[in-house]
Parts: sequence; C-alpha cells; structure tokens
Amino acid sequence: MNLKSAEARKFRQFDLKKKFRISESIIQASLFFAGILSIFITIAIVYELGKEAMLFFNDPDVTLGKFLGTTKWQPGIGQYGIWALVSATLVTSFIAMVISLPLGLASAIYLSEYASSKARSILKPVLEILAGIPTVVYGYFALLFVTPILKSIFGDQIQVYNMLSAGLVMGIMILPLISSMSEDALSAVPRSLREAAYAMGATKVETSLQVVLPAALSGIGAALIVGISRAVGETMIVAVAAGSGPNFTFDPFKAAETMTGHIARISGGDLSYNSIDYTSLFAIAMMLFLLTLVLNLISQQIVNRFRERYE
Amino acid sequence: MENKYAIEANALSIYYGSFMAVNNVDMLIEAQKITAIIGPSGCGKSTLLRAFNRMNDFVPGCHVTGELLMQGKNLYSKDIDPVEVRRKIGMVFQKPNPFPKSIYENIAWGARINGFKGNMDELVEQSLLGAALWDEVKDKLQDSAYALSGGQQQRLCIARTIAIQPEIILMDEPASALDPISTLRIEELMQELKKNYTIIIVTHNMQQAARVSDYTAMMMLDKEGSRSGTVIEFSETKRIFTNPKDKRTEDYVTGRFG
Amino acid sequence: MSINSHYPQAEDFRHALNARYRAASIWQALFLSALLIAIISLLALIYNVLDGAFGFVAFDYKNDPAAYTSTPMSELTQKELAAILKDNLSSGAYNKLEKEQPLEKRSQAELYTLFLERLVELDTKNTWSMTESLLHENEIRAEVARKYPTAKLEFRSWLTPQFLVTPMSSKAEFAGVRTAILGSLWLVGIAILFALPIGTGAAIYLQEYAPKNFLTSIIQTNINNLSGVPSIVYGMLGLAVFVRVMEPLTSGSVFGVTDANGRTVLSAGLTMGILVLPLIIINAQEAIKAVPDSLRQAAYGVGATRWQTVWHHVLPNALPGILTGTILSISRALGETAPLIVVGASTFISMDPDSPFSKFTALPIQIYQWTTRAQSEFHAIAAGAIVVLLILLLTLNATAILLRNRFQRRW
Ligand SMILES: Nc1ncnc2c1ncn2[C@@H]1O[C@H](COP(=O)(O)OP(=O)(O)OP(=O)(O)O)[C@@H](O)[C@H]1O
Ligand SMILES: [Mg+2]
Repeated sequence: MNLKSAEARKFRQFDLKKKFRISESIIQASLFFAGILSIFITIAIVYELGKEAMLFFNDPDVTLGKFLGTTKWQPGIGQYGIWALVSATLVTSFIAMVISLPLGLASAIYLSEYASSKARSILKPVLEILAGIPTVVYGYFALLFVTPILKSIFGDQIQVYNMLSAGLVMGIMILPLISSMSEDALSAVPRSLREAAYAMGATKVETSLQVVLPAALSGIGAALIVGISRAVGETMIVAVAAGSGPNFTFDPFKAAETMTGHIARISGGDLSYNSIDYTSLFAIAMMLFLLTLVLNLISQQIVNRFRERYE
Repeated sequence: MENKYAIEANALSIYYGSFMAVNNVDMLIEAQKITAIIGPSGCGKSTLLRAFNRMNDFVPGCHVTGELLMQGKNLYSKDIDPVEVRRKIGMVFQKPNPFPKSIYENIAWGARINGFKGNMDELVEQSLLGAALWDEVKDKLQDSAYALSGGQQQRLCIARTIAIQPEIILMDEPASALDPISTLRIEELMQELKKNYTIIIVTHNMQQAARVSDYTAMMMLDKEGSRSGTVIEFSETKRIFTNPKDKRTEDYVTGRFG
Repeated sequence: MSINSHYPQAEDFRHALNARYRAASIWQALFLSALLIAIISLLALIYNVLDGAFGFVAFDYKNDPAAYTSTPMSELTQKELAAILKDNLSSGAYNKLEKEQPLEKRSQAELYTLFLERLVELDTKNTWSMTESLLHENEIRAEVARKYPTAKLEFRSWLTPQFLVTPMSSKAEFAGVRTAILGSLWLVGIAILFALPIGTGAAIYLQEYAPKNFLTSIIQTNINNLSGVPSIVYGMLGLAVFVRVMEPLTSGSVFGVTDANGRTVLSAGLTMGILVLPLIIINAQEAIKAVPDSLRQAAYGVGATRWQTVWHHVLPNALPGILTGTILSISRALGETAPLIVVGASTFISMDPDSPFSKFTALPIQIYQWTTRAQSEFHAIAAGAIVVLLILLLTLNATAILLRNRFQRRW
C-alpha cells in the first residue's frame, strides 16, 4: 500500500473523540456483575440464614435464657440449650489445635529453616496430599483406625464414638494448613535478620527459635486463627466419629455432637420446612457463619499488616 | 594478642558453585587498625568480607580454597567451628537489621546465647556507650528497636556486636543507607572502636575510605572479560590515594574509572 | 575491657557450645519428627483404607446352588445363567429385569451377580481386614468352622471392575459405585459450568477493570472470607435458596418434570458451584496477575481496546493457571460431603442420574453412609469407594501439577 496516495491519507484521518463501544460496555457490565456476585452470595447467606434464624429466636418458646442457660438441646421437645452442641465443638476443636499447632509449626520450621531443597521437594507433597484428602475419608480413618487404637489403650473407659478420636484426626487434617501458613510467615522474615543472628555467633536453632519465630509470630497467629475456624466448621470427621446426639460434656472419651455434626445429621433426615427443627439448624449455621467470619477477618487483618511490615 | 596481624588470607579464592567470584587474594590485616576494601560493584568485596567470618556458609554451593588464618589457625579447616568463628568476628551489615525486639533485648540476646555471666544492665549500658547511642536511648530501652531512626538502628547494630566482645568487626557499607550526619557519627565511632577492635570495612565512598582507614585494599575484576575479582593493590591508605602503584587504582580513586 | 571476663573463654566456651549443639540437635529432631508424624499419619490412612478393601469374607448360601444347576457354579456360562434366571425368577421380577435390559444382552458377570443375589441368596456372615486375613488365617478358618459350619471362606477384593459399574444395592456384596460416580460427575459438571465463567469473569474484572476504590476492596475481602466459610454453611444456603425458594426451577417442575422436589443434582451442583467460586476467582486472579504488564502495554500500544487486550493476550497466557485452579476446585468439589448431605443427597438410589432434575448420590455420600453402617462388609465397600475417590483425586491433582510445570513461564 502506498501510504502517500490520497486514499491512504484519507484512511489515516482520525478523530480522537471518545467512542462509545457498545460491545465493550456490555462485556464490562457482565464482568462487573461477575465480580459483584460474590457480594450477593454473602448477602444471601446472611439474609437466608438470618431469616430462618429469626424465626427460631422469635418462637415464644425459645428464650435467650434457655438458649444460653441450659445444657440440653432437642428443639422438638422444647429443649434449646445450645451448650450441648457448643461444648462438643469446643472440645474437638481444642484437641485438634493442640495437635495441629505444635506439629504444624514444627514442620514449618523444619521446612523453612532446615530442609534442603531436595528434602522439601519430598516433604511438601506429603503435606499437600494430606491437605487434599476429603474429610469424609478422615472420618473413616478416625472411626476405623484411630478409635480401635484408642479402645485398645483405654479399654472401656472410652466410648466407641468419642470426641478424642475425631479431634485427633481433625488435628492431622488441619496440620498442613497451619504448616503452610506458618511457613509463609517464616519465609517472609527477611534474611538479614537471620544473618544478624548468625553474625553474633548464634546456632541455627537459636536463630530459628529466638529470632525468626518471634519475628513471624503474627503470621503464625493468623495461621492459628484460620486453623480454629477450620476446626469449628469441620463436619464430616465429627459426624462420622464423634457420635450422634447432643451431649453436654467436656470429657473427650465420651460421644457428643458438634454444631456441624448436628446440622448434618438432622438435615440428612426427613425435615419439614418451618418446623422448629428446621429453623434451629439455621440458627446454628448462622452462629457458625458469624464465628468463622470474625476469625477469618481477624486473621486476614493480621496477615495484611504482617506483609506490610516486611515489604 | 601479641600477633601484629589479626587475620591473614593466603591465596584465598571463593566460589559460588563453579563460578569463581574472588580469585587468589593475599592479605595481612593488621590488628587494631581499620582496613578498607574498595572497588567497583560486583568485584567481590562483600563476598570476600563475608568469607572472613564464614557467613558464606549459608550460601548453598559456596566454598573457598586457600587459607584464612587467625592466630595461626585456618578458619576453614575441618576442626574449626563456624559458630565460634562468628562469635570472634562480628559483622555489621549494609542495611541496619535490628531484631524486632526491644533495644535492650537486641543487645542482651547475643550476650545471653554466648553465656554472658556478668551484669546485663551494665553490659547494655557499656555497649550503647561504646556505640555512642546511650544518651539517645537510655530512657527508652524497652521500646522496640524499630522505633529508632536508620542511623540509630545502625549504631544499635554496632552496639550489639561489641556487646559480645569479638576480636574483629566486619562492616559491609555500614553507612551507605544513612544520611551524612549519621555517616559522620559512624565514622567517628569507628575511630573510637579501633582502640579495641580490628575493623574491616567495605565502602563505595572514596572519601570515607580515605578518612577513616589505615590500610586500603583495591579490588577489581582481574582481567577484561573475566568475572572474578581480586585484590590488585593493598597498602597504606595514604599511599593508595596519593601514589598508587597500579594505573587502575589511580583511575578508580580519582574517579576516572570506566 | 572489664566485661570481657564475664564471657566464658576457650575451653569453657567450647563446653557451653557443645551443650548448645546438643540442645540444637534435640530441637532439630523435634522439628523433623513433626513431619514424620505427618508422613506416618498419611501412610496409616492409606494402609487403613487398603487394609479394609481386601480380606477374607465368610458367606453362606440361603438356597443350595445345586437346586438350580448341576454345573459347578464357577463354570456357568452366560447362556446357562440366563436360562436359570428365566426358569427360577418370578415372572414379575423377570419381566422387570428384562425391561431394564434384556438378559441375553447382559454380561456373564452381571448375570452371575443376579444369580447370587436373587436365587441362591448369598449371605455374608463376617469379613476380616487384609492384615487379619494374612496374619491370622488359621484362627479365622477355625472361627468360621465353629461359628458358621456351612459357610465358605474366600479372600476377596472389594474393589472390582464390577464394583465400579454396578448401582447401589442394599446388600454390600452386590453394591457398586456406578450411581455415585455418575452423580459426582453431574455435580462437578454443573458446579464448574456455573463457577468457571463467573469466577474467571470476576477475576478479570478485579485484575483488569476494577478501579482501586472502596467497593473493590470490599469485593476482594469478601471473596477471601467466602473461601473460609465452612462448607456446611454453603449447604444451608443451598437448602434455603436452591432446594426451597427456587424449587420450581431446580426440581424442573416449570419444565414439566413431575414427581420432583428441589433435592436434585442441579441444586447440589449449584451449591457446590457457589462453594468453589471463591477458589476459582482467587486462582484465576493469581494467574492473571502473573501475566506481565509489558504484554498489556504492547497490545494497547497497537491500539487494542481493553477487552481485546484481555481476550487476545491476557487470557491465553493466564489460561494454564486458570485451568490448574479449576482442576483443584474440581477435586475440592469431588470430596465435599457436608453440603450434599444438607441439600439432600438421596440415601438410597440405584437409578443413574440422567438430567439436572434427577435425584442423586455422590461418591463421598456413599462413603459416609457405608462407613456409618454397623456391619463390617459395608466398611469394606466404603474402603473400596475411598480407593476409587482417592485415585480420582490423585489423577486430577497430578494433572494440575503437570499442567503447572509444563506451562509455568519465567517472565
Ligand atoms: N549468593 C550468590 N550466589 C551466586 N553468585 C553470587 C552470590 N552473591 C554474589 N554473587 C556474585 O559474586 C560476584 C561478587 O558479588 P559481591 O556481592 O561480592 O560484589 P560486591 O563487590 O560486594 O558488589 P557491590 O559493590 O555491588 O556490593 C558477583 O558477580 C555476584 O553476581
Ligand atoms: Mg556488596
């Protein structure tokens, strides 16, 4: 094409006025919709759960005194003591954290401070596989492997369905999460701090435990909080291994039902809408949602602040 | 310490994997003097400096040939413990890197891990005095070290190094991240410290080298096309800056390099 | 200097240093043992599953096979079996089977199963795990001889090709995961069909279009939070919205499907789609973020519009990352159980799902139900189903890793 010809010059005429491109606008609008949809999901959760939960709390039979002040839960016959479920959630989550925090932290320290890249390439996948195993499989493991072992140790002291087994296995399940978040926190600690410690004649352990670990503490705190939120929301392990039927007890050898386990069992059966059983499940779910929301928000806040500090 | 020389490099070469970063360095570092290492970027100054207290051990694949003698012992021989080496040869880094702890803890920590038995408060005070920081921080010893200015942080790093009483202090461009006033204070401090310590400093600042050091080592890539650095000239600072033997040194110190 | 004397010197120092090293190696051993515990747990879990999936089984026939045929059972051909079934089944039962699929067209294995199930009525007395079977064979034989004198003892794998293609049954010996696998596929298909376009769109919006303002940061925080919401809460959302409020749609009644409620594979799939949406968005965002700015500037530089830039340059380069994220989301969706229970997976169903409005079950649901049964033969098929699920997941994740390594670019 000869750019000097008249036509060519005509072709090259342009105006720089802003053009309204209809297809671009449609695309942009639908992308925006996709982006904002997540907000609607949250609103839907809050609205739907909240609506049914309100129905539950507005029932004249349900009083705050009963809800928080008694320890038997069976809405069908007028027992509304949420502690019967909360206690089991507390016990199983506590056991899970007692297992997963030290183990996760220790393995994070090993991976970030000690392991050669070759060792890492073998060890990391193990944790990733653990993290990828469906929780119902962990449930099978808890009921048919860990519980028999506990039985053979403690004999009749421990029930077939018990919170200890569920809690222990939940700890193993959460370990990879704690480990990988802690490892991120540890490796975000600048190398210069480690060098400073070494240059003062510190050994590797002294550096790791007394300099790097404290410097990563907030990130590890975030991992702990996310771990708790995961434990509180975990369903299948407790549904399979911890027992069915609300039971207000803090004895890990006993069977008891967590908030999540209760939702799973009751909703799995025949459930008629608008019954108190139905609405009570939403009240529990709403509590779970709010609790995990707060925990997740806190941990995100910590992680963000932590990131700012070392960037 | 009867020995006139604090540390001695004999035919020292340093490798990152198969890449030779520093080639065949011989140096006699005199005790209780300040020795400056100067040279263009990438010629291996930091590599050499970090070899003195075995900080390069942490770089995978980094190894040395030749000897590094301190009190007659080769610091790279098998029976030498690198932790003990670093306890004797402290280091101050380019960017101030205090621990995220209180000012007090920054100093006490190194003392504690090294088995200090005396009065800790006294040690902290002595070290801060020694680093010319005491007056500025004596009322806020429990504050976070991060609340200090960059210059103060760097002096805190010097204080925590002298708190463990090393023989030699290595400094890698200790003032390059600081403003002129803070730089001046660090330089004054070095003059003070040399009464008790041997100091080796890497610097890009010619005036600084001329001002503070007794000896200067000039490093340079050893020849065109090679990427290995070596010490091309090492003598009294005065001489390096007024009457260098090597043409390249002259070009570099007078700013005609490159 | 005076303070110097307060530091241990020479021998003393070396002594102290040795003590420090001892402490150091103890700590290091502790750190490593945490990882060992993780490895042992993983091995124990795998062992536990495999241990359950193989082993001795003691069974008996309610009706003597000799009453139906003189040929030894193991030598029956497809034709013989079809004939036996035709002769001995009640005509109602026979016609029903014929209607599902003519007997002549069925395989020998299938007919043999029918023969065992319907005619001789195989009855499992007890099962043993692989370890028990291998270590205590003699005791087991003695026990069987004592407790069930007429029973036969056989070492079997509960995971067989037959297991994969047979539908549910109320008897563990004849149950399979066909319905469950198909249900899982439907479920995951619907979930991804829903979440992939929306998730990618959201990621494009957030990375390429969204202004840096309050709304954007709210959206981002919200997505991060959604990814941490317990899956059972999504189940409750699905129950309230898809199963109940949108019942006419999800049950298919507006499309003329009769005899349906909202507890369909469509409801479950959409619930699962919402559950994996944050995951897909976050992964797609990472992938888009990794595309270097220079590429965008080059496109703008030749006069491309924003969408042209995204469509022709950013997306193709982010695609492997987005796909990796999608595969990971698929494996998440495959393993999720709790939300399915809540939205109402069927407890017993043997019909293949054939439309979005079908009732459904899924692999993890079967695992859950079989695990919670009391009889040991159900634990054995639960183990078999777990092996199937884990192999599926392993394949998916291996694909994701390969994809990531293959297309990972160093910019
Ligand atoms: N950890 C490392 N691994 C591999 N090579 C390295 C490493 N550190 C430095 N090098 C290389 O060794 C050579 C010397 O680097 P060094 O940091 O010692 O230079 P320098 O003289 O201190 O430079 P500058 O004045 O910029 O600080 C350079 O070519 C550098 O690329
Ligand atoms: Mg340097």
